[in-house]
Amino acid sequence: MKKLLILGAGTAGTMMLNKLSTALDAREWQITIVDEFETHYYQPGFLFIPFGIYSRRDVVKPKRDFFPPGSSVVMSGIDRIDAAENRVLLSNGMVLGYDFLIIATGAKIRPDQTEGLQDAEWRKSIFDFYTIEGACALADFFKRWEGGRLVVNVAEMPIKCPVAPLEFVFLADWYFTERGMRDKVDIHFVTPLPGAFTKPKASSILGDFLDRKNIRLTTEFAIGRVENASKSIVSWDEIEIPFDVLVTIPTNMGDEAIERSGLGDELHFVPTDKHTLRSEAHENIFVIGDATNLPSSKAGSVAHFQADILTENLLAAIEDRPLRASFDGHANCFIESGFGKGVLIDFNYDTEPLPGKFPLPGVGPFSLLEETKMNHYGKIMFRWMYWNFLLKGLELPIESNMSMAGKRW
Amino acid sequence: MTTAELQRDADGHLANRADWNEQVARDIAIEEGLEALTDRHWLVINFMRKEFDARGDAPSIRKLTKESGVDTKELYALFPKGPAKKAAKIAGLPKPKGCI
Repeated sequence: MKKLLILGAGTAGTMMLNKLSTALDAREWQITIVDEFETHYYQPGFLFIPFGIYSRRDVVKPKRDFFPPGSSVVMSGIDRIDAAENRVLLSNGMVLGYDFLIIATGAKIRPDQTEGLQDAEWRKSIFDFYTIEGACALADFFKRWEGGRLVVNVAEMPIKCPVAPLEFVFLADWYFTERGMRDKVDIHFVTPLPGAFTKPKASSILGDFLDRKNIRLTTEFAIGRVENASKSIVSWDEIEIPFDVLVTIPTNMGDEAIERSGLGDELHFVPTDKHTLRSEAHENIFVIGDATNLPSSKAGSVAHFQADILTENLLAAIEDRPLRASFDGHANCFIESGFGKGVLIDFNYDTEPLPGKFPLPGVGPFSLLEETKMNHYGKIMFRWMYWNFLLKGLELPIESNMSMAGKRW
Repeated sequence: MTTAELQRDADGHLANRADWNEQVARDIAIEEGLEALTDRHWLVINFMRKEFDARGDAPSIRKLTKESGVDTKELYALFPKGPAKKAAKIAGLPKPKGCI
């Protein structure tokens, strides 16, 4: 029997398990997936929790519900990957050999990377919403808050779901308006980027949204430390921004096991070929989702598009054929803009988000780079699609590589 | 040809690495609002050029801090606002890919 090993049973790893369980002959291949946690979190839902739109139970399901019957699952942390010997050493003492390895160990927030962030004010007036604990703690805080300075700060790029911090301030504007206290809340978005978003065209449109919603924007702010006593964030060049509540998007990094294995860059992301998704260092290792160092967005939609490409290339590599499938950096994001509306963007490595209709050219039902109610319903409906189609590796009516049809430029 | 006339890319960085020399670096530094390039500036600039030759991309601030021997605080003092981007520009390199 040949062995295929998948590290990580999050969105990307689970999709690959489902796809390869169908694509590979069970008489020839044993597929094993490793993860240390039992619970699957629908991470896009975390955004809605602080505003009481979702609660914990809306975003959790057992991981096992999404594994095909008869899957070999090992619940354990990963000590390190020994790529020279084609084996993985687990925290529980097991050693698993492989012929091919898929790394899907994801990314997580690292508040410890910024001085003073996890200090006296952590979870008192400093919160994150990229963990279930942070999002729930912030929901409790907002229920009782009487207003003041709300600062939302991105510590460092890249981050998972680069639009989420913007969605957060749009939803905050809506939430405090509905509660009749918007005039008591000063919302301030503070980012290390030169604009509101990573891509220039979308950045200028989303920047206008900030203006209209009376949300302050500070750009090119690189946080150096948090002063807990005076409650302020201070940049490396000593610009100080005071807050009453700080919502932080801390530095995102790959798994420590990647660092222990010597396979990562300075953020523990694995150097990966941006088109084939093969590890740059090892021919029998592929990488997918947030664990890669690719210049694409770290998001479930991206992992989904990568999964088709990776399946094709892995099958080619197994048969010693050239890797022909090429990932183009395709990302597709619904952006909640508040008051029951949303914006949709669709882009790749080379093409910026453009206006138009999606996914059917000229028809929609979704509108690109425009604020509509239908886009909001798309985002809400997506949770159902995620649990019932996406994780199970089933087809969605969207091409893996980006299409220019229906777009205006 | 003066530095101002050299061909630039969409980000205002030098389009051709071959056009770069130490005088060009000093001229771009002035465009970027830096008064003079000290030994510490040169240490960062040379580190960036070496990294780019080895890896095909200019290093991030995190990598600079980890490996150049200049800490983040000093990087921001030397190259105010965006050290990775600004130092890459002065070093005659394209904008780091990490800065998306």
